[in-house]
Amino acid sequence: MDLRVPRIRPRALKVWRRNILVWRKLITPSLLINFGEPFLYLLGLGFGLGVFIGDMAGLPYLTFLASGIVASSAMNTASFEGMYSVYTRMVPQRTYGSMLATPLDVDDIIAGEMLWCATKSTISAAAILLVASLLGAVLSYAAVLVVPIAFVIGLCFAGPAIVMSAFSKSYDFFNYYFTLFITPMFILCGVFYPIDSLPAALQSFVQVLPLTHAVALVRPLVADQVLVDTGLHLGVLLIYAAVSYYLAVILVRRRLIV
Amino acid sequence: MIDTQAARTVIEAVGVTKQFGEQQVVRHVSFTVPRGQCFGLLGPNGAGKTTTIKMILGQSPLTAGELNVFGRRLPQHASAVRARIGVVPQEDDLDPDFTIAENLRVYGSYFGLEGRRLDARITDLLAFASLADRAGARVDELSGGMKRRLTIARALINDPDLVVLDEPTTGLDPQVRHMIWARLRDLKQSGKTLLLTTHYMEEAERLCDDLLIIDHGAIIAQGSPAALIREHVEPEVLELRGADRNFEVLLRKDADCRMETVGDTVYCYTHDSRPLTELLQGMPELSFLHRPANLEDVFLNITGRDLRE
Repeated sequence: MDLRVPRIRPRALKVWRRNILVWRKLITPSLLINFGEPFLYLLGLGFGLGVFIGDMAGLPYLTFLASGIVASSAMNTASFEGMYSVYTRMVPQRTYGSMLATPLDVDDIIAGEMLWCATKSTISAAAILLVASLLGAVLSYAAVLVVPIAFVIGLCFAGPAIVMSAFSKSYDFFNYYFTLFITPMFILCGVFYPIDSLPAALQSFVQVLPLTHAVALVRPLVADQVLVDTGLHLGVLLIYAAVSYYLAVILVRRRLIV
Repeated sequence: MIDTQAARTVIEAVGVTKQFGEQQVVRHVSFTVPRGQCFGLLGPNGAGKTTTIKMILGQSPLTAGELNVFGRRLPQHASAVRARIGVVPQEDDLDPDFTIAENLRVYGSYFGLEGRRLDARITDLLAFASLADRAGARVDELSGGMKRRLTIARALINDPDLVVLDEPTTGLDPQVRHMIWARLRDLKQSGKTLLLTTHYMEEAERLCDDLLIIDHGAIIAQGSPAALIREHVEPEVLELRGADRNFEVLLRKDADCRMETVGDTVYCYTHDSRPLTELLQGMPELSFLHRPANLEDVFLNITGRDLRE
C-alpha cells in the first residue's frame, strides 16, 4: 500500500473547477434544494414546534434550531457529495481514470474533491443563513463568520465520506454510513436541543463527534453569544479533515493505482 | 537538444514484472521504443497489454524491473511523464457532464492549459477529429465512432510526444476505422511516437513499425510485421472449405504444406502453392482462397487457437 504523505498542490483547484462548471449547469435545481429544504425545516419545526417550546437554552427556538440546521446541513451536503457524487465520478463515470492520464495525481483529485464538498457546504450554509435571517432568527451580524466556518465543517465531513466511497462496492453501502454516523450525529449533537440535557455518559461521547463542535461554533455567532473554546472546536474539525484526507488518499490510491 | 541515444529513446522497459497476489500478469518484459515509431503491443485478451500500459502511465507500480519514459523513472515521475503523454483508453471515459468542446477545455485545464492558446488548440482538434460542427453537442448524443474521435482529439490536447492507444478501434465500423488509421499515420508523420495495443492484426500490420506479441504476460515474438511473417509462417496460405477426410489424406500425401483444420476449413501454409492450386483446379466442388500470409497467421501460429477470456 502506498502510504506516502500526500502533497497538496495548486493543481487540485483544476478538479474543484471542473465540479464548479458542472454545478453551474445545474444551478437552478441545486439552489432550489439549498433554499427549499432548510426553509421547510425552519418553517415546520421552528414555528410549528417553536410555539410549544418557546425558548430553549435562553434562545428563541427558531434561532436555536436555525443555528443547528446550518451546521448539520453543512455536514449533510459534504457527506452526500463525498459519497454519491464522488463515487459516481470514481467508479461508473471513470472521471478519475481520465484525470489520472493527465499530470493530476490521486492527491490532487482528493484535495480538489474535498475543497469542492466544502464549497457546497458553504453554499448551503449561506442559503440557510439567508432564509433564517429573513425569518428573523439571526440575532447578530457576526453570523457572517459562519460562512467560512461552514467551509471547515464541509472539509471535516468530506474526508470521511470519500473514505466511504473508496471502500464502497455500490451506492447501497452509503446507507450504513448515514444510519450509523450521520443520523446519530444529527440527533445527538445539539442540533435540536442542548447537549447538556443528555445523560452524562452520552455527553462525553458526543464530545468526540465533529458535529458537536460544528454546532458549538455556529450557534454563538448566530445567536449573538460569546464564542468559547474556538481553538478546540476548530482544531477538532481540522484534525478530522486532515486525518480523513490522508486516509482517503491512501484508500483511493489502493483502489485506482493497482 | 543533443540527439543522443537517450534522447531518441521514448520508452525503455527492462525486466518489467507485475504480480497480483500469486499471479504474474507481466513477466520480465524488456523492450525499447525509439522516438517517432509506432510500436505495437499484441496479444490475446488477458495477455498483460493493458497492465503494461498502466505501468507506462504510472498508474500501476512495478513489482520488479525498471521502466523509464522520456528518461524518467516510473512510477516516481508519473506526473511529469504524463504531462507529455496523450492517452486513448480502452473504455470510454469522456465526461458526460460536458459538451464536446467543454470536454476538451476541461481536460486541457488538467494540463495547466488555458486561455486563447487552449481555444485555438480546441478549434484545431475539433477539425482534426471532424467534429467541428458538433462542438456544442453533449457526449451522450454522440455515436461510438464520434466518441472515439473525440477521445483521440482529447489525447492530443497537450501536444504530446507520446500517444498511447489501448485498442483504439475496437467496435467501430470500417469507415471510422480507416479514418482513425489515417489520423494515426498523420500523427506519426508529425513526429509523434505511438504505442498501440490491438487485437486487430490488420491494424497492427498497417500501422506498426515494430511490435511485440505477448501472451501470459511474457514476450513471445518481436519484430516488424514483415519480419515476423517471414520468421514464423510460410509465405502463402490456401484456405479450403468443404474438404472431407479423404481429401485431407490426399493433400497430406501430395502437397508440400503444413495443414491446420479449424471447423470446416483446412488452412494450408506453404512455400510454393503451385502444385496445390493445380490439384485444386480439377476439383470444382471445393471453394478455396489463396492469399499471402499475414500477421494474423503469425499470431494464431504462436499463440494457438484456444479461446481466451
